Amino acid sequence: MLEVKGIYKSFGEASVLKGIDATFEPGKTSLIIGQSGSGKTVFLKTLLGLHIPDKGTISYDGQTTESMTIEEKRQLKQDLGMVFQGSALFDSLTVEENVMFPLKMFTNQSKSEMLDRVDFVLKRVNLKDSNHKFPAELSGGMQKRVAIARAIVTNPKYLFCDEPNSGLDPRTSIVIDNLIQEITDEYQITTVINTHDMNSVMEIGEKIIFLKDGLKEWEGTSNDIFKTDNEAVVSFVYSSNLFKKVRKVYLEE
Amino acid sequence: MNYIKSIGAYTIMLKSVFKKPQKRKIFWEAVFREIDDLGVKSIGIVAFISFFIGGVVAIQTALNLEDPIIPKDLIGFATKRSMILEFSSTFVMVILAGKVGSYITSSIGTMRVTEQIDALEVMGINSLNYLVLPKILATVFFYPFLVLLAMFLGIFGGWVAGIATDLFKPGDYIAGIQLDFEPYLVAYSLIKSVVFAFLIATIPSYFGYYVKGGSLEVGRASTKAVVWTIVVIIFSNYFLTQMLLS
Repeated sequence: MLEVKGIYKSFGEASVLKGIDATFEPGKTSLIIGQSGSGKTVFLKTLLGLHIPDKGTISYDGQTTESMTIEEKRQLKQDLGMVFQGSALFDSLTVEENVMFPLKMFTNQSKSEMLDRVDFVLKRVNLKDSNHKFPAELSGGMQKRVAIARAIVTNPKYLFCDEPNSGLDPRTSIVIDNLIQEITDEYQITTVINTHDMNSVMEIGEKIIFLKDGLKEWEGTSNDIFKTDNEAVVSFVYSSNLFKKVRKVYLEE
Repeated sequence: MNYIKSIGAYTIMLKSVFKKPQKRKIFWEAVFREIDDLGVKSIGIVAFISFFIGGVVAIQTALNLEDPIIPKDLIGFATKRSMILEFSSTFVMVILAGKVGSYITSSIGTMRVTEQIDALEVMGINSLNYLVLPKILATVFFYPFLVLLAMFLGIFGGWVAGIATDLFKPGDYIAGIQLDFEPYLVAYSLIKSVVFAFLIATIPSYFGYYVKGGSLEVGRASTKAVVWTIVVIIFSNYFLTQMLLS
């Protein structure tokens, strides 16, 4: 369980997060949505410890990050998996080496054990025969799969994804969404996803948090989002004619 | 004010760099990879430039010694001193600051803008220690060998120039090389090379690590890194010479 209370974060004069409270549960896929500049990425990076909040607390399994010792923080980092917007794969390493990297850094497994685990996770993300390719030789969708494989190779308790569908075609986006949700269910991971993709919201949004100007404007499920009369959410989610029609049909039914 | 801020940030960066590596085996793998990337792959350019500069120094000295009273072994002596005192350490290091410095800034800068450094941090890896310390070790231990190679090839280049141009006799040149040999001058040059190697590894790393933006900023950071590395090398050369030779 990941709990966030009253998180504030500023960069110089710019106040980006203005007191956000949220709870993320294990085995659930939670989506953070909002316009560009609403603070989604800063919020996610703050949860991951890449930014230190000015105020507020972040608790992993009931323990705040502030009260953790250096060793506990190091241990926590190994329970976190992250899929970055641009995949952030190491250019100089092959797919196999990229996925094996966290195992080499944090476990004492033998090479054959590590290779078995790498093969397992690569199969799990439906990526075969690419072990010896470099990231530059892969398509965007394949890079995202490798990033997911690298994020889950150490069996993390928390998975964070920043715009996992950016730059992907709609069909590949759905495949990646479903893969993240399956992994979340299967391993009971607490998954938090930043997204702009309304297909993802409808498809896998078990819990949706809408951020606006650094504040939590709305929270609900993918069903609630059809019924909400929150103007900011409606104008953001149903900005396209297609989604306007979808909502109309849903409400008529 | 910005310069003071940058010096402070650079010092704080070094504090993070000099931490115990998290996994010894991976660290040494990285060191050997960096020796190959930053050192072994520079042997060609260092050898090429040293050989020809040695030749040019010998030819120019010979052409400027028209007075028959001045002994011809001065050509070998002057070439040897130029190569050992300045060319092999300072000039070669300035060349390496351009070649290796831009490579370090662009590779670390690209990792920064493509979030690869964030990925390391999320995994709980001290990214500065993981990325920069192997570069420091690789350059500090390997560059003195490049300097020795530059000394040898520069002096050899002068000898070859003598044979090729017939401006001086090889025997006079060799006598000049043997004249008044001071081992301390080689040590002085090697000490300088260690300091310059450290600067070549750390200043471009600083510019790459703290880059913000995209590919354009990475390019700008590479240029800045090379310029500043050369400026700091030239300054430190002045002070080191004062300290070690006066």
